[in-house]
Amino acid sequence: MRIIASTVATFALAGVAAAQSLPPPGATSCSGCHGTELSLEPFSAEEIVAALAAYRDGSREATVMDRIARGFTEEEGRAIAEWIAENRHED
Amino acid sequence: MKTDRRGFLAGSLALALAPGYLRAESTARIVVVGGGYGGATAARWLGALGHDVVLVEANRSYTSCPFSNTVLGGFGTMEELSFGYGDPGPVRVALNRAETVDTTGREVVLADGTALPYDRLVLAPGVDLLFDALEGYDEAAAGIMPHAWKAGPQTELLRRQLEAMEDGGVVAIVAPANPYRCPPGPYERACLIAHYLKEEKPRSKILILDAKDQFSKRPLFEEAWAELYPGMIEWVPMSAGGNVIRVEPEAMTIETDFERHEVDVANVIPPQSAGAIARAAGVADPTGWCPVDPGTFESTLVPSVHVLGDACFAGAMPKSAFSANAQAKVAALAIDAMLRDEAPPVPKLINTCYSLAAPDYGFTVAGVYAPQDGLIAEVEGSGGISPVGAPREVRQLEAEYARNWFNTITGEAFG
Ligand SMILES: Cc1cc2nc3c(=O)[nH]c(=O)nc-3n(C[C@H](O)[C@H](O)[C@H](O)COP(=O)(O)OP(=O)(O)OC[C@H]3O[C@@H](n4cnc5c(N)ncnc54)[C@H](O)[C@@H]3O)c2cc1C
Ligand code: HEC
Repeated sequence: MRIIASTVATFALAGVAAAQSLPPPGATSCSGCHGTELSLEPFSAEEIVAALAAYRDGSREATVMDRIARGFTEEEGRAIAEWIAENRHED
Repeated sequence: MKTDRRGFLAGSLALALAPGYLRAESTARIVVVGGGYGGATAARWLGALGHDVVLVEANRSYTSCPFSNTVLGGFGTMEELSFGYGDPGPVRVALNRAETVDTTGREVVLADGTALPYDRLVLAPGVDLLFDALEGYDEAAAGIMPHAWKAGPQTELLRRQLEAMEDGGVVAIVAPANPYRCPPGPYERACLIAHYLKEEKPRSKILILDAKDQFSKRPLFEEAWAELYPGMIEWVPMSAGGNVIRVEPEAMTIETDFERHEVDVANVIPPQSAGAIARAAGVADPTGWCPVDPGTFESTLVPSVHVLGDACFAGAMPKSAFSANAQAKVAALAIDAMLRDEAPPVPKLINTCYSLAAPDYGFTVAGVYAPQDGLIAEVEGSGGISPVGAPREVRQLEAEYARNWFNTITGEAFG
């Protein structure tokens, strides 16, 4: 098409991990800050759940995570943590 | 269109948090107008979800408003703010202006006459600056009294004016009434201009003439002004005569309800509305902004058109790049569900606005949001501003996190 200034090829599907799921509420906002920097890759779901709980009750020091964690219930936090762990980058 | 999760997600965990599941080929056509923080993010996510997406963007490259105040402060560069559309993931990019939308025939018409049919349309055109809303402030006036509220040549012009100003000069910042793009922006700007003047022209002053009596993160800004720039920044609220009624660019004067100020540099931030294409599509209401469903960002005025970012009325969420990016992901997932005839998920969103008061001095306002009674409301008990009176180490840490945020979010939106 004339108007399309750049087209990007689609890629092969080799080696894609199965069992992917849609993100639970709130999960997609975490990647506004957590990406290649402030990476959450090293953490298991349990560690993320524990961190969120500690931020929520103020027992863990934070600049901003305390204010964010208090917007989520424990169940919401667990769903997010599991989704992040399940969808981690596997390269 | 099929998508390789690895291909799309390569190199960034930000993108690894994109839904990695894959489905059969989607036949729905999606057009996204506006390749800013909102539109570029939405296009990528919809592409990753397997949809046929065309992103329409008027400019060859994008200049970020976030961090543009660092250029005025003399410690950031325009290059750091510039992003291209060369690697848009599984999305086609049309570098053209969308002129009109036929919401009955479901077509977007571009400036060159090309018609792009859509099943779902996403409008993320950002804001238009309302010239002539303030007497004397038209497009020509912006060449003398820059707004610098769209980053690019305007940012460079304001920077040059600051560089040319004599020591002892007065810089005025005219701040608009709510709502407008980036509520803490004018006050961050005052800080970073003061940072430059303090080093180079220490007898100079900054006068903020405000159409409001309150502003975002005020206690933190006032603390920083007193600590870092004592005596340099004067904030004149509306009730003390801050409301500007007229400007005269040739004379470099600014007239408020009470007074006429003659200044050396004038940064006039005018009132704003949703971008013209949103108004052309009929999705803006008389306020100039676009009411949307809080779960899907679908227009409440026109079906199958979603509006996100600065252009929409997002309830309690401020008009920020963070909000636009968060809303884009929510809208993409909602559109994906709707195209599968499934109920869209009930979302939760986060916003965080970082502000710099100096290169190593940062703070935030944060919030968590959810739909409530048809609007987006702040989740009770969440959010708030950084603590007042925090030690400098904390301010330093938040300045570092501000840069992390900028790198992460621009990576997610622009690749
Ligand atoms: C000085 C300043 C500092 C800021 N700092 C921050 C910050 O630190 N953090 C933060 O979160 N936010 C910040 N913001 C706010 C942020 O810039 C906006 O909220 C954000 O850009 C909104 O994104 P958007 O996608 O809605 O619109 P935009 O980013 O404005 O993108 C809109 C895009 O649509 C294109 N477009 C419009 N109409 C058409 C058309 N008809 N056809 C084709 N293309 C079209 C435009 O060219 C543009 O590229 C700041 C703003 C300013 C002014
Ligand atoms: C505004 C940016 C921002 C957002 C949004 C954000 N975080 Fe954070 N996160 C941080 C920062 C900064 C830290 C370091 C602690 C602090 O200073 O608050 C952190 C720390 C963490 C940690 C601890 C990591 C470690 O190294 O021990 C976890 C886990 C975490 N965040 C999870 C999340 C989840 C889950 C979400 C989404 C619900 C999220 N974060 C959203 C900025 C953010």
